[in-house]
Amino acid sequence: MKDNLIILPVLFQLFSAVVLLFMWNSTPRQKITSVLLSLVSLAISAYIFANVYQTGIISTQAGSWKAPFGITFVADLFSSTMVLISSVAGLAVSVFSTATIGKNRLRFGYFPVLHFLIMGLNGAFLTGDIFNLYVWFEIIIIASFVLITIGGEKDQLEGAMKYVTMNLLASSIFLTAIAMLYGLTGSLNMADLSLRVAEVQNRGLVNVTAMLFFVGFGIKSAIFPLYFWLPASYHTPPFAVSAIFGGLLTKVGVYAMLRIFTLVFEMDAFLSNLILVIAILTMLTGGLGALIQNNIRRMLAYLIICHIGFMIAGLGMSTTLSFSGALYYLIHDIVVKTNIFLVAGLIFAICGTENLKMAGGLYASHPKLSLLMAIPLFSLAGIPPLSGFWPKLTLIKASFVQEDYVVFTFILLASFVTLFVLARLWAEVFWKKREHISNDDFFCFNDYLPKEKAAMVFPVIFLAAISLFLGLGAEFINNIAWQIASELSDPSKYIDIVLGN
Amino acid sequence: MAIMIGVLYAAGIYMILRRSMVKLIIGLTFLGNGANLLIFLLGRITKGKPPIIPSDASLLSDVYADPVPQALILTAIVISFGLQAFAIILVKKAYEVVKTDDMDQMNNTDRDDHEG
Repeated sequence: MKDNLIILPVLFQLFSAVVLLFMWNSTPRQKITSVLLSLVSLAISAYIFANVYQTGIISTQAGSWKAPFGITFVADLFSSTMVLISSVAGLAVSVFSTATIGKNRLRFGYFPVLHFLIMGLNGAFLTGDIFNLYVWFEIIIIASFVLITIGGEKDQLEGAMKYVTMNLLASSIFLTAIAMLYGLTGSLNMADLSLRVAEVQNRGLVNVTAMLFFVGFGIKSAIFPLYFWLPASYHTPPFAVSAIFGGLLTKVGVYAMLRIFTLVFEMDAFLSNLILVIAILTMLTGGLGALIQNNIRRMLAYLIICHIGFMIAGLGMSTTLSFSGALYYLIHDIVVKTNIFLVAGLIFAICGTENLKMAGGLYASHPKLSLLMAIPLFSLAGIPPLSGFWPKLTLIKASFVQEDYVVFTFILLASFVTLFVLARLWAEVFWKKREHISNDDFFCFNDYLPKEKAAMVFPVIFLAAISLFLGLGAEFINNIAWQIASELSDPSKYIDIVLGN
Repeated sequence: MAIMIGVLYAAGIYMILRRSMVKLIIGLTFLGNGANLLIFLLGRITKGKPPIIPSDASLLSDVYADPVPQALILTAIVISFGLQAFAIILVKKAYEVVKTDDMDQMNNTDRDDHEG
């Protein structure tokens, strides 16, 4: 079952970034190459996903050092699904960037850094070694630092200060947790850790370590008390960057949490209750925060936080059913959140403003585009049969089965708040008559070249089609989510394959 | 060593909580170094016992120093060096643009009337 192919998504993104670096001076060529390379990488990840789906978990050891001594790469269904979805999001953002990212940013290596970012994401999804996970996290954050600051506007730098500080802090905490885990067990391989952590006598210290991991990943995924950097920074960079951040970066934290708390640490009652309480608070603060925002992207940033709560709740209930709900939500959320930030970009291009009060009349002026934009909005709100509905249904069912009615209530409440927020967005931007016409010298959507218009609309169509598939093909996705969830709740197969017995 | 790590962590957190951006960076550096030393400490320091197998044996018979923590620290140092260099440049640039060193003044992006 050894297959070196699985590090190809990482290597290929590295290759893409290097190729793009060689085209430093020619931005038109960078655009075309980036889109083509993203297409190829989508094909690669689809191939790996199909392989893993058919044959089961594939693992490879760097330099043929036997696990647990070397660095392991593992592609189970969870990792390969995440890699596939991040390639999808990467392709969409790459296409969208060609039209919306200005020359002042492209000239400073926007595209290479974008590919480095996706390389880091793929690495984080595929690695089976906890220190290696730390290294990939660092690659992700340094690439995201560059993306968030590139262009150097005042708001960007202010947002970046908060973003950089919180991420550096999170890395330090993560590193501390790794140090303690290594001190307790003497191992870094996640499969091996899974066996060894269970044998450690000093349970108090194990719990402290688990908490440190929870806080470290919690900052990255913006859970309740640690979320404030996200709405302060996500609306400052260009829309394409917001899209990849909103779609993927917080979800890596959720991925790592799902991985660590199913594989390495066992969920006891304390941890499970703590995660549930935090999940509820996250849903609540995110939802209520979104209610009062007038800036579209700030509103969406709060919705990201709100929906992280759903996934954490799925983790907290820690049954196979709730995991499958959380996983379905994760898959759906990456696609839809990326798409919705791109939609925000389109709204900005058409209305010339991000402010709900100033925008309006979009349905009257662009009816077809409005219908297209309705798809991600409605999927996010969870209107059946679109993709947001099914994972919520599963989560609600999971909370019923566990008789956890508090969680049940808050999931429903947060869904209603989301629906209300999006209805407000729809009413303000699409139905309201436009009162404030922005100044005439604004570069309007109709002034874009047809080619650029296509590059802005195509990724939205592409992602909307995928979220339609996620909703209408619910049985297939649900099967996948269920399979991943069973792998997560019983990791013995994963451990056997990695350790090679 | 344990006390020193504690002091580094405490000083780091204290510095992060200050309002000045420069102190923030210094604090993050302290924290990073504290974490590196923590790996070193928890990797069970063994003095003067390199993990080198003598030529006439095939196994290490004696207690030996674990080389893994050192590899980890080396990686972590390189990474934190890069990140700190970036953070320092960011602070410098932010200072030039926003014209303040005070974190409390940097709340423009949190205001609701803010146009992105």
